Amino acid sequence: MQSHKNAQMSFKLFIGILLGVLGVMTFFPFLWMIFSSFKTNAEINQIVPSLLPKEATFDNFKELFFRLNFGTYLKNTLIITACSFLGLLLNAMAGYGFAKFDFKGKNWLFMMVLATMMIPGQVTMIPVYLLLNSVGLTNTLIGIVLPGLAGAFGIFLFRQFMNTISNEMLEAARLDGASEWYIFFKIILPVSRPILAVQGILTFIGGWNSFLWPLIIANDEKYYTLSVGLQLLQGQHGTNYALQMAGATFMVIPILIVFSIFQKYILQGFNVSGIK
Amino acid sequence: MKKSKSPYFFIAPAIALLLIFSIIPIFIAVTISFTDMSLAGLADFSRINFVGLDNYLNIFNDKVFGQAMFNTAYYVIIGVPLVIIASLALAIMINFGENKFFSFMRLVFYSPSITNTVAVSVVWMYLYNPTIGLLNHLLSYVNVGPIMWLTDPSTSKLSLIIIAVWKAIGLNMLIFLAAIQGIPKEYYEAAEIDGANKWQQILKITIPLLKFSIFFVTVTTLIGWFQFFDEPFVMTKGGPLDSTLSVALFIYQRGFQYNKFGYAAAGSVILFIAIIIVTGIQMKIQTKQKENEG
Repeated sequence: MQSHKNAQMSFKLFIGILLGVLGVMTFFPFLWMIFSSFKTNAEINQIVPSLLPKEATFDNFKELFFRLNFGTYLKNTLIITACSFLGLLLNAMAGYGFAKFDFKGKNWLFMMVLATMMIPGQVTMIPVYLLLNSVGLTNTLIGIVLPGLAGAFGIFLFRQFMNTISNEMLEAARLDGASEWYIFFKIILPVSRPILAVQGILTFIGGWNSFLWPLIIANDEKYYTLSVGLQLLQGQHGTNYALQMAGATFMVIPILIVFSIFQKYILQGFNVSGIK
Repeated sequence: MKKSKSPYFFIAPAIALLLIFSIIPIFIAVTISFTDMSLAGLADFSRINFVGLDNYLNIFNDKVFGQAMFNTAYYVIIGVPLVIIASLALAIMINFGENKFFSFMRLVFYSPSITNTVAVSVVWMYLYNPTIGLLNHLLSYVNVGPIMWLTDPSTSKLSLIIIAVWKAIGLNMLIFLAAIQGIPKEYYEAAEIDGANKWQQILKITIPLLKFSIFFVTVTTLIGWFQFFDEPFVMTKGGPLDSTLSVALFIYQRGFQYNKFGYAAAGSVILFIAIIIVTGIQMKIQTKQKENEG
């Protein structure tokens, strides 16, 4: 038995080391990015590169915010991210409707929702642009946010979770004369905290990273998001890698922090989603 | 369960948005694909003409579209298996341990998935730089290279695939991990008593029980690679010599850079049909397997 235990241990150690090596390889581009963002461009262009900056400087970040428009881009990105949380509420409502009610057309409506997952963005891209253009919403923040508010994956996850909420609790509330909205806001949403957390994180990530649609809709630099701005930067300062690295670092770090705080909810969320 | 009007109030906003921004646009796309709609038509609808199947006939004779189709097939055939094998292997490995190290590794492998494609592209453009890039510098120590990575048509597609796989592993790994943790521990205990080693346990218990997850990941990954866009768009603009141009990028360029909306819409309809066919085949295989198991 002892030798079996030892074999188990050394096997685990081997897997651990292997994972560690692969992990370093996976994370290395980010490490390089972070350290490079504090280098001068002259140092980046050296033929023999080194990971750590010789003289760390904040100049790249200063240039992004003082000379380039990253402050505006940040503001737009934050507004878009905040607005996309309205979509979270709409998805939760739809998930509740599909999970806890019987109504005419329920099944085919839900099938339709799921089917939208298969539609490639490139098919809807041109028509949605034309639609928004005809109502004058191109080049506005509303036009950027609106098409992405409702999402099939979100509705599906909410429905899966809310299916598990007991009906008795809802019936009891109804007998006490609670309105449907009261039930939704005071009972359903508080109970759904785990799945709200998952969806909240995914919504934050999605909003923060949104790129293609803002690029299509926003013609005016004052509506650009961070990722569109970074893409612009890459075009205009193609050889200034230090500046680009600072921009990239600024986009990546907040997401990594948010995710590392909430990661255990994400894993739980995938568990309740019942993908089996 | 209650029968009343209230469910409609709950689902109406989301359904309306999906109708306006997902369902109706399909029909618009199909309609536009039979017209010569361009920027002029955007300002004045009377300048849009019905052209029948012209867009479709032209696009199939378009050498660039042919190249984009070939490239997309290449991405799908190489990329999909790589993503599935790598994320499954990592999920199984991470599941071996419960301590802090293993959950930290989960974060590490997930990190590329949640980060912005533009940011990631900026970093990789630098790593891939033929003269000052880190990768060629490291390769020079083992006397390999220099590799031209993104600037040589023979390596450009693979260079993009490396990044996309690196980025796709995290999410799929989490899906596999959640499914693995749903497998009852007793199965493994029983197998252990019967003297099965770890490798046999993986092949005979884990992978068969993950069949649905593997199916789910395969379908979503396939659909994702069919729409491969961000990396070629940001990093290569489809070049060099159209060697990285994907169908999705082709549609974007024809639509929003050349303003040939009708032509681009025809391309998007073809892409949609291809996705439906491939997903349909996957579903068929899945139901067949289920039937065989009785």
